[in-house]
Amino acid sequence: MVAISALGSRADEDDLRRVLDDDGKPLPGVKVPNIAEDMLRRIFDCMMLVRIMDDRMMRIQRQGRLGFYMKSIGEEASHFAVAALRSTDWVYPSYREQGAWFWRGYTIQNFIDQMFGNEDDPIKGRQMPVHHSANWLNLVSISSPVGTQIPQAVGSAYAAKIQGKDDVSMVYFGEGTSSTGEFHVGMNFAGVWKAPCVFLCRNNGWAISVSAAKQCAAKTFASKAIGYGMPGVRVDGNDLLAVWQVASEAIERARAGEGPTLIEALTYRVQGHSSSDDPSVYRDPKEPEIWEKKDPINRLRAYLRHRGLWSEGWETELSERYNQEITDALAASDKKHAPKIETMFDDVYEELPWNLREQRAYLMAQARSKNPHHHG
Amino acid sequence: MPTMNIIEAVRDALRTQMKADSRVVILGEDVGKFGGVFRATSGLFDEFGADRVIDTPLAEAGIIGTAIGMALYGLRPVPEIQFSDFIFPAFDQIVNELAKFRYRSGGQYPCPVVIRTPVGGGIRGGHYHSQSPEALFIHTPGLKVVAPSNPYDAKGLLLACMRQNDPVLFMEPKRIYRASKGEVPEGDYTIELGKASVVREGTQVTLLAWSGMVSIAEEAATKAEAAGISVEVIDLRTLSPFDIDTLIESVKKTGRCVVVHEAPRTCGFGAELIASIQERAMEYLEAPILRVTGFDTPFPYSLEHEYLPNADRVIGAIRQTLEW
Repeated sequence: MVAISALGSRADEDDLRRVLDDDGKPLPGVKVPNIAEDMLRRIFDCMMLVRIMDDRMMRIQRQGRLGFYMKSIGEEASHFAVAALRSTDWVYPSYREQGAWFWRGYTIQNFIDQMFGNEDDPIKGRQMPVHHSANWLNLVSISSPVGTQIPQAVGSAYAAKIQGKDDVSMVYFGEGTSSTGEFHVGMNFAGVWKAPCVFLCRNNGWAISVSAAKQCAAKTFASKAIGYGMPGVRVDGNDLLAVWQVASEAIERARAGEGPTLIEALTYRVQGHSSSDDPSVYRDPKEPEIWEKKDPINRLRAYLRHRGLWSEGWETELSERYNQEITDALAASDKKHAPKIETMFDDVYEELPWNLREQRAYLMAQARSKNPHHHG
Repeated sequence: MPTMNIIEAVRDALRTQMKADSRVVILGEDVGKFGGVFRATSGLFDEFGADRVIDTPLAEAGIIGTAIGMALYGLRPVPEIQFSDFIFPAFDQIVNELAKFRYRSGGQYPCPVVIRTPVGGGIRGGHYHSQSPEALFIHTPGLKVVAPSNPYDAKGLLLACMRQNDPVLFMEPKRIYRASKGEVPEGDYTIELGKASVVREGTQVTLLAWSGMVSIAEEAATKAEAAGISVEVIDLRTLSPFDIDTLIESVKKTGRCVVVHEAPRTCGFGAELIASIQERAMEYLEAPILRVTGFDTPFPYSLEHEYLPNADRVIGAIRQTLEW
């Protein structure tokens, strides 16, 4: 099958930046990035949270408790390009970087409240699950139409430059998104403006059911950078150390005023696009097995173990704690109400115009006639 | 008080606000050294520099997409779309992104971007330089739509747009960019958004118009008066949210109403106005509310003056509503 050989062989190409081998050992002759031990452990901790959360959310989705979910199992390392940023830098995620949210301090309760669109949902129940927004963390709202966030991230990056600040913007997207007009537009504006922007393309092999080979005739996605006058770097997206290394270099370049970088993080979507997807229809079930051997958590665990930074007891403790916190957050969410009916009309504009006031009054009268005890 | 045309009034508003607020930046195609194809930003590049009057690569989705990112970061971008006919590559960024940012983020991310764009026909520009696409954007929750008809309103409304926190589509009537002249105060003033202007008082028929059609409505009203018909002319100025109270008050007085717009008839903004008026003032109406509009065709080139509403058509509709 073409897709297997293509993705399998591409991982061994010369231009792919790697630090760890598939067993988590540093490759001979490769410079290992100097990441503080505490930072490495925090990243492993956060990767564990992402995987546990994915597992729990998918289970409750299958039980019918949650309408929709999107997992990122096998791609967690690529999320942690964000770990090389400062907290003042801006991040424009797509919908498969849960790690970026947790890393910046988005809580388990925030996450679950958003899943259920309840009264404490940070976005007030305005979007379906997995469409987070957290302005207090400089994390920008997720949009479903892919690629729209790319020129927006370039705008934030250039705004920082105009204002003489050294903030960087980082924008995540999948390889399928590189087919959009917005990808071209954003990359081109960033190149021309030398905007301090880092483009992180997670090449996970599949855009729902369409393989990477059907998105792009070029040999690599990173090669697209040439046409925009910026460097393009390919990195093993399942190698946390390599992801951190190339992200750090790109961020440093951006902060120094040298302009944007495109990073292609080669990874693999081990499971379906979303809870609504069935990959058995369109791809060989053996394909994910190849990638399970390159699992980013296994590799980082092995590396940490070599360095004496991991113990089974620690991982068990993490797993138990996160599972318990998720259980508690789900229980708390169960007790929360839906947002009040009248909030449907808030935030369309800063102030309610007459037509929305009129429509709100109409809907509230309807609600009262159905439930005379409603005082909302 | 100086006399200005609409272009000069727009430029004066931009300069006034750029001086008052260092967060205001202009971006678009040819807006820099050249000063825009209609010269609206002429001189601003020299005055404020390349960081605040930004020539962009040629891509509308990029102009609006980056303007959104700038606004989220804390700037107050005022992008120019060279002709409203070119706005559609940015339609998704405007309709799905810009207009919805505040709402879909639960109020976390207001997105104060004011998009300026010339609208309307009568300049021998054909389909790609003449359209009036306001209805598409009025139908977009989260966006305000403003359409001045004269220099005084253009400056006061644009200043008001740049000082509030919602995204706005600011549509400028290009046919009368230079032909429409009037006294415009120097310095600072704003016109409240959402307020129509009664530009001519009358008792028998209410004419509703905006943008380039206000002068047509006034011409028709003058001719009608010569024939003994008293016509009230209302310039809506803000199309979203529109000033329902002023409209209803006028129609209750006159009992008759004609809506004039350049855009195609079907699902044009006139339809919404008529629906809203009849919901609130049915018992006051002496006749059906009529429309004088562009046709449901693409905007034609050679026959543009056959396409555009004119005073004679408006008078025809006034007579029809009086004789009903």
